[in-house]
Amino acid sequence: MSIHSSGSRSNNSILEVSLSRSGSKARPVRYGSKGADSEGLSMSQRELRDEDARLVYINDPGKTNETFEFGGNSIRTSKYSVLTFIPRNLFEQFHRVAYVYFLIIAILNQLPQLAVFGRGVSILPLTFVLFVTAVKDVYEDWRRHKSDRVENNRLASVLVDGKFEEKKWRDVRVGEVIRIKANEPIPCDIVLLSTSDPTGVAYVQTINLDGESNLKTRYAKQETHGKEGFGGVIKCEKPNRNIYGFLANMEVDGKKLSLGSSNIVLRGCELKNTSLAIGVAVYCGSETKAMLNSSGAPSKRSRLETRMNFEIIWLSFFLVALCTVTSVCAAVWLKRHKDELNLLPYYRKLDFSEEGEVENYKYYGWGLEILFTFLMSVIVFQVMIPISLYISMELVRVGQAYFMIRDNRMYDEETKSRFQCRALNINEDLGQIKYVFSDKTGTLTQNKMEFQCASIWGVDYNSTKDNMEGEQVEHSVEVDGKVIRPKMKVKVNPELLQLSRSGLQNVEGKRIHDFFLALATCNTIVPLLVDTPDPDVKLIDYQGESPDEQALAYAAAAYGFMLIERTSGHIILDIHGERQKFNVLGLHEFDSDRKRMSVILGYPDSSVKVFVKGADTSMLNVIDKSFNMDLVRATEAHLHSYSSMGLRTLVIGTRDLNASEFEKWHSAFEAASTAVFGRAALLRRVSSIVESSLSVLGASAIEDKLQQGVPESIESLRIAGIKVWVLTGDKQETAISIGYSSKLLTSRMTQIIINSKTRESCRKSLEDALVMSKKLLSSSGVANDAGGSSDATPVALIIDGTSLVHILDSELEEQLFQLASRCSVVLCCRVAPLQKAGIVALVKNRTSDMTLAIGDGANDVSMIQMADVGVGISGQEGRQAVMASDFAMGQFRFLVPLLLIHGHWNYQRLGYMILYNFYRNAVLVLVLFWYVLFTAFTLTTAINEWSTTLYSIIYSSLPTIIVGILDKDLGRRTLLKYPQLYGAGQRHEAYNKKLFVWTMLDTLWQSLVIFWAPLFAYWSSTVDVASIGDLWTFGVVILVNLHLAMDVIRWYWLTHVVIWGSIVATFISVMIIDAIPNLPGYWAFFHVAGTGLFWLLLLGIVIAALLPRLVVKFVYQYYFPNDIQICREAEKIGYERVVESGQIEMLPISDNPPR
Amino acid sequence: MASSSAAGAGSTDPTAARRNNTKRPKYSKFTQQELPACKPILTPRAVISAFLLVSVVFVPIGVAALIASRKVVEIVYRYESKCIPPNVTDKVAYIQSSADKTCKFSLHVEKHMKSPIYVYYQLDNFYQNHRRYVKSRSDEQLRDPGEEDSTSACKPEDTANGKAIVPCGLIAWSLFNDTYSFSRDNHNLTVNKKGISWKSDREHKFGKNVFPKNFQNSSIKGGASLNESIPLSEQEDLIVWMRTAALPTFRKLYGKIEVDLNEGDSINVTLQNKYNTYSFNGRKKLVLSTTSWLGGKNDFLGIAYLTVGGLCFFLALAFTIVYFVKPRQLGDPTYLSWNRNPGGH
Repeated sequence: MSIHSSGSRSNNSILEVSLSRSGSKARPVRYGSKGADSEGLSMSQRELRDEDARLVYINDPGKTNETFEFGGNSIRTSKYSVLTFIPRNLFEQFHRVAYVYFLIIAILNQLPQLAVFGRGVSILPLTFVLFVTAVKDVYEDWRRHKSDRVENNRLASVLVDGKFEEKKWRDVRVGEVIRIKANEPIPCDIVLLSTSDPTGVAYVQTINLDGESNLKTRYAKQETHGKEGFGGVIKCEKPNRNIYGFLANMEVDGKKLSLGSSNIVLRGCELKNTSLAIGVAVYCGSETKAMLNSSGAPSKRSRLETRMNFEIIWLSFFLVALCTVTSVCAAVWLKRHKDELNLLPYYRKLDFSEEGEVENYKYYGWGLEILFTFLMSVIVFQVMIPISLYISMELVRVGQAYFMIRDNRMYDEETKSRFQCRALNINEDLGQIKYVFSDKTGTLTQNKMEFQCASIWGVDYNSTKDNMEGEQVEHSVEVDGKVIRPKMKVKVNPELLQLSRSGLQNVEGKRIHDFFLALATCNTIVPLLVDTPDPDVKLIDYQGESPDEQALAYAAAAYGFMLIERTSGHIILDIHGERQKFNVLGLHEFDSDRKRMSVILGYPDSSVKVFVKGADTSMLNVIDKSFNMDLVRATEAHLHSYSSMGLRTLVIGTRDLNASEFEKWHSAFEAASTAVFGRAALLRRVSSIVESSLSVLGASAIEDKLQQGVPESIESLRIAGIKVWVLTGDKQETAISIGYSSKLLTSRMTQIIINSKTRESCRKSLEDALVMSKKLLSSSGVANDAGGSSDATPVALIIDGTSLVHILDSELEEQLFQLASRCSVVLCCRVAPLQKAGIVALVKNRTSDMTLAIGDGANDVSMIQMADVGVGISGQEGRQAVMASDFAMGQFRFLVPLLLIHGHWNYQRLGYMILYNFYRNAVLVLVLFWYVLFTAFTLTTAINEWSTTLYSIIYSSLPTIIVGILDKDLGRRTLLKYPQLYGAGQRHEAYNKKLFVWTMLDTLWQSLVIFWAPLFAYWSSTVDVASIGDLWTFGVVILVNLHLAMDVIRWYWLTHVVIWGSIVATFISVMIIDAIPNLPGYWAFFHVAGTGLFWLLLLGIVIAALLPRLVVKFVYQYYFPNDIQICREAEKIGYERVVESGQIEMLPISDNPPR
Repeated sequence: MASSSAAGAGSTDPTAARRNNTKRPKYSKFTQQELPACKPILTPRAVISAFLLVSVVFVPIGVAALIASRKVVEIVYRYESKCIPPNVTDKVAYIQSSADKTCKFSLHVEKHMKSPIYVYYQLDNFYQNHRRYVKSRSDEQLRDPGEEDSTSACKPEDTANGKAIVPCGLIAWSLFNDTYSFSRDNHNLTVNKKGISWKSDREHKFGKNVFPKNFQNSSIKGGASLNESIPLSEQEDLIVWMRTAALPTFRKLYGKIEVDLNEGDSINVTLQNKYNTYSFNGRKKLVLSTTSWLGGKNDFLGIAYLTVGGLCFFLALAFTIVYFVKPRQLGDPTYLSWNRNPGGH
C-alpha cells in the first residue's frame, strides 16, 4: 500500500485506504468488497452518538464491564443445553404449522365429549414425530457442542497485571489486551494498539471471513504503537454485522483519535507476516462480526413443496367436505330419530342411574351434537392431511443429500472438497432448473491466471504456440546463501528468455528489459518469503489482490526480473542475479475510471521513469501522438488475436520524465495527497500529468484457463434445455472469447450486442434487437417448414453493464426480458454484483421457471441468494459464495451430474412420493368415511384405533421413504447420454395437477373396492366389527404397499425388505393387537383368518383395486410412451442384449461402451 | 453437513487439514447408488400373461364360490310384525307389557338341509356399531372379578341402586331376549346352544368366576336377564351379543340344530317375541341356514370373481389383438421426442 494512514488525519485516512484497497486491482474483477467499502465509508462519516456507543477502557476489563456486562468470548453455535433442550426444542418444532395441527387434534381428542381414540393412541403419532426430530436435533447439536468446545478452549495470550498470560478463549473479556503471534487466529474483534512492524502495520488474512485469500493491511495508531503501557478509552459502535465498516474513536493521553475499519482485526482472521500484534478486545464471542455474520444455511422453500401446499389446501377442503357430510347426515339422523333416542338400545339418551333423577346422558342438544360430530370427524379423518409426509420428505431429503455428498463424481481432487448440501429442503428443485446464471472468473475458468503471450515492441512472443517443449523454467536466485525461487512456475518462451538475458546491449534487449521491469514493478504485489522443508530454499509468494498482477509478477520473475522486496518507499528487484533498488516516487492506483495504473520509479542513476499498464482502450488514448503508428497497429493486432483466444490483455506503456516534468507532477502529487477533501479525485487529476504521451512497450496476455470439462458441461446443459447466462465483470472481448472456448457461443449463432451509454440508445438498440431476433427466428422457422432440416438460427445476446444500468429497474426491463427469452445464450459483461442479482430477478419475477446461480466470489453472493437455487464454487476466491449458497461444489462441471442426475432423481422421487403419500392417506380416510355411513354417522372406526395410528408409522411409512431415497427411474449413463430427459422436471412431469387428479380418482376407486367388497360379502352375516376391521386394515395396507411395488422402478434388496417387511409387520402388529384380551376385538384376526372368505376377499380386493391402474399404466406406457419410459426400456433391453450376447461380443461392447 | 460448516464460520478449522486426506467419499456401490437392482418393465407379454393368469385363477374360484353359495339352504322368516296380534295398535306398548307374547308359525323346508343347521336371529336397522353403543362396555369387568367397579365406560348403565352392574354397559343391557323352539312332526328339535360363541371369548375374555350382578335392575329393562349363578364365560348368548356386529343388518348365532331337515318338512316354531325393536322400526328375522366353506348364502363373491376374471380375460384378448395390430418396439430411440420432431431442441 502506498498510502499509509500513519500520519494523516484519521477520517480521511480511512477513506483513502479503503479506496486504495479496492482500487488496487488491475481489473475490476470483483466488486464485492468495493460496494461494502463505500458502505463502510458512509458509516464512518456519520457521527457516533453516545447512546449507540460502547465504551471500552483499554486494559481495564473490570471498568469496561462495570456498567454493562458485555458478552464474554465463549461462543455458542449450539442451540441447546441439557436443561433447555426439551422446552426449546419443543418450541422450535411447534413452529411448523403441521405440528400445531397435530397438537390441536390431539388436544381435541382429550376432551371427553370428543374422545374418539384412546388417550395414549391419539398422542402417539405426535410424540413419535417429535421424538424422531428431537433425536436428529440432539445429534446435530452434539456436533456443534463439540466444535464449540474446541473453539472456546483455545488459548490466547492476555495481558494480566502487566504480564501476558495464557487464557482460554472463552475467558477473554472486552477491554483486555491481547497479544497475537504470527499465524495465530484472532480470538475476538480487536483494535490494534501495537505491532512488531516499525510502522505499525499488521497483515491479516481474512479468508475465513470474506473469502479473499490475499493479505490485508491493518494499522496500529501511532499514538499507541510501540508504547509500553496501554491505557485509554475506545468509544465504538454497537456490535453489527458489517465486516467492512468500523466506527470508533479512541482517547489516548487526552488526544482524541478516530478509528476505522483499518484499525480493527476481526475474529476469524489470521495474523500473517507480522510476528506480533497487540490489541484490545472490543467485541467478544457472539458479538463479534464473524459470529454475527454466520447466519447458517439459508432457508429456501422448494418449488415442489409450494405446489404441494396448493394440493394440500385442496385436500383440506376435501377433509372439510367429508366432515360436513358426516355432521349434516348425523344431524338429519338425529332429527329423524328424535323421538326414539331416549330409549333406543344403541343410543339411550336417558340416564336413570342417578337416584330419582332422569337426566340426559352425553347429549348436549342439537347444535353442539353437530359441532361435536364435526370435530370428531376431523379427528378421525385427520390423516387426510398427510402430516407424515413432511417428516418423510425431510428424511428423504437427508437421504438424497447423503448420496449427493457421497457421490464420487462430484468430489474435487484438486481442492479436496466434497459436494456440500447446505440447504436441505430444496433438493428437488435441482431437477427443474430452466436458467443457469454463471459467473465466469473462477466458475467457468479456474481463476488461475497464467502468463501466456507478450507482444513487445510489435513482436509477438508466444509461449505456447510454436515451442512444444515449453518447459517450465524455474528461476531462482541466491540471497545470503539461501536460494529463493518463485512459488509458481511459468511456461516461458525460450527465445524471449534468451533475449531478456542478453541484457541492455541492444535496443531490443533494452525494450524487453523495460517491459519486464514494468511487469515486476507496476503493481501492488507484496512478496512474501515462505519456508520450505529444505532449510536452504525459500519460496517467494506474491501476495496481491489481483490474480492478474500475480501472474505478471511471476512471469517477470521467470524471465529473471524477480521482485524481492517492496516497501512504500522502494522496490528491490533481482534482475538476472543482480540486485537493483528503485525508489518508488509515486504510484497511481488502479481505478475503474482510468482503467490503468502507473508507478513512477526513480532509477539508481536518478533518472525517472513512469510505467503504466492498463486496459487497451484506456491506454491507446494516452499514447504519444508522434509515436510509431505501425508499432501501435501491430500491437493492436496482437491484442486482438490474444483476446480472441480468450486471453486477458493489458497494454504496457512507459515514459521518461525529465526533471521539470517530475517537479510539476511531484508538487501536484504532494498537494493532492495531503488534501483533506476529495483526495481521490485530485489524485486522479494528477495522474493525467504523467499518464500521457506514452510510448507503447508492448502488451501482455494472461490466460484464465477454463475449468476442466466446461465446454462439455455447457453443451449438456444446453441440450437439457437449460439456458445458460454468463454474467461476468470481464470486458466484452474476453467474455466473448471465453464464450467461444466454452462452447457457449458457436459460429452458427447470430450475435446481438448492446453497448449503449444512454437510456434512449438502449431503448433503440433493444427495439432493433427485438425486431432482428423476431426476423431471425421467423425466417429460419419458414426455412424449417420448407426444408425441415435446419434449426432456427440461435441468437446470442451480449450486453454490457453500462447498458444494464439504464435497463434494469426501468420500463426497459420488460423488453430486455422479451429479447433475452428469445436468445439461446445471454452474455452480460462488465456487470456489478448487484446487477447480477438484478438480472436473476429479471427472469425470476417474470417466469415461473426455476433459476440457478453459480458463482465463486463475494461478488456472486447477491446473485446466489436471489436465485431459486444458489450454488457456490468452493475454489480460489474463498468461502463467501459458499456460505451464501444452497449447494457447494468444487468444479463447474459438477453441475451436470448435480442437475441431470441427482436433480432429476430427486425431483422424480419426491414428486412421486408426494403423490403417493396423498394417495396412501386418502385411501385410508375414504375407507373410514365409507364405514361412517353405516354407523349412523357416529364415527365408529371398524379399523382398530391402534391400526389407524400405526398405519402411517409402521404399516406404510418405511417403504415410501426408502423408495423415495433409492428408486431411480433411469441410470446415470442414460441420463448423461440424453440430457433432454431433464426436460421432464422442467415440464413438471412428475408432479402436476393432472397427476394429482388422476391419483385421487384412483384413490377413490381403490377405497370403494376395499370397502364395498367386504361390505357386500358380509352383509347380513355374523361378522363382528373387529373382524371386518382387520380385513379392511389388511386390504388397505397390502394395497398401498402393492401400489408402491407396482410403481417401483428398481428393486434393490432393501426395497424388497421394506415393502414385504411392512406387510409382514402389519400382520404381526394386528396379531399382537388382537391378542390383548382387554380390547373388544380380542382374537378377531385369528378367527377371521381361519375362513376362506377372508383370504379370497383380500385377494379379490387387491386385484380389482389395482386393475384400472395397471391397465391405464400399461396403455399409457406402451402406446403413449414418454421419453423416460423409452429410455428405461432401452436400458433394460440393452442390458439383456449384453447378457445374451455373452462372451463373443464382449469385446466390441467394451470397446465402445454405451455411454 | 450444513450445520457444521455454518458453525465453523468464524473460526479457522485446525482439523480441516487433517480431514483433507480422508475427505474423498469412500467408494461403495451403495453410496454411488449402483446397487444391483431388478428393473421390471411392463412388457406387453408380461401384462397379457398377468391378465390371463388372473382370469385363469379367478374364474374357477368364482365358479366354485357361486356353487358353494348356491348349495347353502337358507330359510328366512321375518316375524316382527307377524308376531304382533292384529288388534294391537301400539306395538311398543304391547312389547313392553307383560302380556304373553308367544308366537307360533311354521317354516317349510324347500330343500334338504344337512346338519348342522345354524339358527340365527337377524336384526335390521340396529346400529350395534353406534359410537355410543360400542364404547359402552367394560372389558376389564367382564374378565376379572376384581375389576367389578371399573364401570366408567359403561354409562348410563354403569350402576343401579348405587352398585355396579355386572355386566355393565349398553351392550349387555340391550341383550337380545327373543327365544325360539322348534318342532317337527310334534317332535321337539333340540337347539344346541353350547359352543355358539368364540372359544377365545369364553376362555379369555369372559371370566369363569365373574357372575352377573345387579343386572337389569335399573328403571327400565333393556333386554334379557341373566342367571346370576352362571358365570359369564358360560353365558353364551351374552358372549355372542357382545361381539358387536359390524353392520346395521346382522345375524347372531342362536343355536345349532344337529339333525338333517328333509325337503318338504314343516318346522313349527314357537317364539317368545320380547325384544323391542318396534321403537325404532327394527326388523327381526329368524334364519335357519346350512353353511359352506365360504360361510352363508351370498353370491357376491362368486359374481365378483367371475366379473374380475372375465374382465381380465377380455383385457388380455384386447391387448393381444392390439399388440399384433400395432406393435411398438420397446426402447426404440426413434420414438424419443427429440428424435421425432427434429429441430425441437
